[in-house]
Amino acid sequence: MAINKILPLKFSPMHRLQWEEAQQKEVILYPEGMVELNQPSAEILKLCDGIRVLGDIVETLEAKFATTGLEKDIVNFLEDALKNGWIQQN
Amino acid sequence: MAGSSKIKITPPRWLLAELTYACPLQCPYCANPLDYQRHSKELSTEDWKRVLTQARKMGAVQLGLSGGEPLVRKDLEEIVQHARALGYYTNLITSAYGMDEARIIALKEAGLDHIQVSIQASSRELSDYLAGTKSFEHKKQVARWVKKQGYPMVLCVVIHRENIDEMPQILAMAEELDADYLELANTQYYGWAHANRDLLLPTQAQFTKAEKIAQAFKEKVEGKMKIYYVVPDFYEDRPKACMNGWGTTFLTIAPDGVALPCHSARELPELNCPNVNEFSIEEIWHHSKAFNFFRGDQWMQEPCRSCDEKEKDFGGCRCQAYLLQGDMYAADPVCSKSPQHHLIQEAIDSAAKHDNTQNEQPLIFRNSKNSRLY
Ligand code: SF4
Ligand code: SF4
Repeated sequence: MAINKILPLKFSPMHRLQWEEAQQKEVILYPEGMVELNQPSAEILKLCDGIRVLGDIVETLEAKFATTGLEKDIVNFLEDALKNGWIQQN
Repeated sequence: MAGSSKIKITPPRWLLAELTYACPLQCPYCANPLDYQRHSKELSTEDWKRVLTQARKMGAVQLGLSGGEPLVRKDLEEIVQHARALGYYTNLITSAYGMDEARIIALKEAGLDHIQVSIQASSRELSDYLAGTKSFEHKKQVARWVKKQGYPMVLCVVIHRENIDEMPQILAMAEELDADYLELANTQYYGWAHANRDLLLPTQAQFTKAEKIAQAFKEKVEGKMKIYYVVPDFYEDRPKACMNGWGTTFLTIAPDGVALPCHSARELPELNCPNVNEFSIEEIWHHSKAFNFFRGDQWMQEPCRSCDEKEKDFGGCRCQAYLLQGDMYAADPVCSKSPQHHLIQEAIDSAAKHDNTQNEQPLIFRNSKNSRLY
């Protein structure tokens, strides 16, 4: 599924993103399931606040890590996230 | 037995809290023990809170609240609230019987994350017959309220010979109710389902047809509805990796406080499953005989012991090995490498001889009267 650049990205209210102390990891929780996230994925999802659009997220993360060229990786991850229902656009 | 200190013990992730064996329905495939009437003593609210706290500390994060019918517990909201405060993702697994919209709202306020509603079939007549109680229309209403209150709605239908040919209608019902998840759970033959197996096990042809329909539907609703399809292992040639490995991930606490490595483990001999009234979850998980019993592979016999697939399925289900061949150390007879594999074909043949329409041998419904017979 393609990411629309104009619409804001929002973490799905049907899922929960949470830090797990026992696993030292961010996880996504949903009915009868759990996905463990790596640090970059968790950072991206936390920025899906229903206000930011793709460009904002890329900009924020590039500034945070003082780097450039993150867009492609971010888009790839967000496409997966959209397909899995972790985020929404509309 | 096993319990060798060399085995690395991973922390529990899933806690299934069976809050009560009481249930107003009478499903003939119920996974509760046949003699549940003997275990009618229940943990108190404080006991449950302590159990939740201890398991969470060890790393449990998914919490299933089931039964019986968990709505029977008046302290359900209080337990949910405690669970939410600890950071559990809390799943309510209910027949929906006795639920009303006010309680759905109260549970949401307490922090409940999702509700799984089970419906027995796609028609009122069959659903009410299987439940042993008039409940079909109300269940559908509850499913709509669950959606309306903003929960992810999981619709669960247990599949067996009586309803398997209704697969298209069951899928249509899931669409009509706008389920977010649909669990199509082919009956697993434990507890009451084991007792009723001759009348519940579908034929291979029925199963294959239904699976094809469900598969096509899964593709059609991709991105809208997720399908959890629980396979009926009698038609497989390898067993399921039961519980993701004994004592690795799952912890079940029965209504009376008995801690079980799998929800049927109560039926196994010699295990002496510990009670949370006597031990902490930490002690139970790490040191009890029951939880160490089938950890690792030291307990295995041939053909599992030297099998190169043992890391994959752990020899299958201990309860099935015990129920079908009286030996809990044996390979799950579902496995085609098991010398007892013929038992599966015999079960299938025996079921095929029973014609439900003739009513020669009625289904045994799960109720207190029948439970006292065991
Ligand atoms: S399977 Fe049926 S009888 Fe058993 S607990 Fe669930 S609703 Fe009650
Ligand atoms: S022989 Fe045992 S370990 Fe090997 S596949 Fe069969 S059940 Fe699994």
